[in-house]
Amino acid sequence: MCKVKIQAGLASRLFIFKICRQKKNLVKFLLMNRIYLDHAATTYIDDAVKAAMEPYWQNKFGNASTIYKEGCDARSALNAARKNIASLIGANPDEIIFTNGGTESDNLAIFGIARQYKGGHIITSKIEHHAVLNSCKVLEKENFKVTYLDVDKNGIIDLKELKKSLCKDTILISIMYANNEIGAIQPIKEIAKVIRDYKIKNKNKKIYFHTDAIQAAGYLDLNVERLGVDLMSVNASKIYGPKGVGFLYARRGIKLLPIIYGGGQEKGIRPGTENIPSIVGLDKAFEIAQKMREKESKRVVSLRDYLIKNILKIIPDSSLNGNQALRLPNNVNVTIKNVEGESLILYLDARGIACSTGSACTSQDLEPSHVITALGKSREDAHCSIRFTLGRKTTKADMDYLLKVLPGIVKKLRNISAI
Amino acid sequence: MIKKRLRKPAQVLATASASGGEWIYSKTVKEHFFHPRNILLKEPKKGEFDAEGAVGNPACGDVMKMWIKVEPKTQRIKKLKWRSFGCATAIASTSMFSQMVTEYGGMTLEDALRLTPQDIMKRLGGLPPYKVHCSVLADQAFKSTIENYFQKFPEEAPAK
Repeated sequence: MCKVKIQAGLASRLFIFKICRQKKNLVKFLLMNRIYLDHAATTYIDDAVKAAMEPYWQNKFGNASTIYKEGCDARSALNAARKNIASLIGANPDEIIFTNGGTESDNLAIFGIARQYKGGHIITSKIEHHAVLNSCKVLEKENFKVTYLDVDKNGIIDLKELKKSLCKDTILISIMYANNEIGAIQPIKEIAKVIRDYKIKNKNKKIYFHTDAIQAAGYLDLNVERLGVDLMSVNASKIYGPKGVGFLYARRGIKLLPIIYGGGQEKGIRPGTENIPSIVGLDKAFEIAQKMREKESKRVVSLRDYLIKNILKIIPDSSLNGNQALRLPNNVNVTIKNVEGESLILYLDARGIACSTGSACTSQDLEPSHVITALGKSREDAHCSIRFTLGRKTTKADMDYLLKVLPGIVKKLRNISAI
Repeated sequence: MIKKRLRKPAQVLATASASGGEWIYSKTVKEHFFHPRNILLKEPKKGEFDAEGAVGNPACGDVMKMWIKVEPKTQRIKKLKWRSFGCATAIASTSMFSQMVTEYGGMTLEDALRLTPQDIMKRLGGLPPYKVHCSVLADQAFKSTIENYFQKFPEEAPAK
């Protein structure tokens, strides 16, 4: 009896030992503290946001289009969110259209304006997000002309070039507030002024100015009056809110054509049962983001500058993409020569660091980043670019850990490299 | 015969490689990416290799270089070393290819030339469609190396 017990004990211990050996990396993975440096891709949800959403999954689940109590509860939550978001950007509640996120907001702005015309001229920049660029490309096939403005080496458009591009056919201008890859911040107020002056000179011609403010929402002023924009896209998943929800601001009096058809929700411009829990989450996330943006910007800028300074110091042949001053507080994008972006990401991943690349090698097309090449850098440099985007949980210790592991990985990949 | 020989080590590798979450590529790709075989770390000495070849373009994001040493009598590949600038699958493809042609005493040039990108992919446990070109590049780098070899040793080139 005793012998059997001992044997069983031994066997089970051996078994555990075997499992531990086999799953060595899994155990390591579970124990390892991950360092998330890809906040421009998406963010974790804020606790307060999650709590605000909680009642709307089960207790207040009603359809906001119905007239009984459950519907009224949902509708009042919807209205409150709309009102609060509007006040945060200095707009009226009826100027907010809820969507399923940034891409849809951009699409709605561009197609919603353009398709009212049989053709016309649109101005955008070469470094826009694909949600804007690919929408413009579709319109090019539909009798529209599109001007893609160049950017300088800092990723900023030239106002003179914009001025020159404006013409009698121009109906829409879409320039992003802050770039997702290099964090370059465009002079939105000045762009709005150029457009306004042109409009006044040309008998109040109708030209609409759209900005994609998705990356800017956590760090910059989004007051639409001060910015002078007619349309603005924002989404929740980059500002510690839920995924799959966003809004489009559209100035009063602007007619938009829907891009999907259905019931009368969102004035018929964006039909479909309102996603109340997410909209409540968007509202809360946006409120927190705008409230803490100045303080958080200050904190993150010092980490960003510390990281940039040290990467350039300890990694030979590395350079910053974009300008240090004209960029989002949380964005670091560097080119590390002879080190291909995807390989670097996967090695960093194995060391517990999550980050991204400007190179599209990890996505499904193999073209290098259109943003880095638009800065005048070579395709080779674009393949060697890497992006770290910091966030609320990022600490100086994270930066130090990254700076500790990065040189070794770079050295290894350069040893393998055939260049 | 070759196929039979090839299958076994792939399975061994797959089970031996570490797990941990769902990776975008196969376990074998991961294993070869993190532990690449047969890399040329130091500059080659004079006479260390018989031939070398390269393929790719940094602008396209992939460059591969290969060096080979062939045993003249048997025409078996004694040594194949490489360097690669590229993504994970490019590195894994070259690494796997270098292992395939040098294991079991080395393949003959004739057999090695018969290998296709599909063979590399099979051994790697598959590649996503948009990464197939990485295995093609490894194959092309080898072909360019062999071309260089036959230029240097025309007497060993197969009769046309």
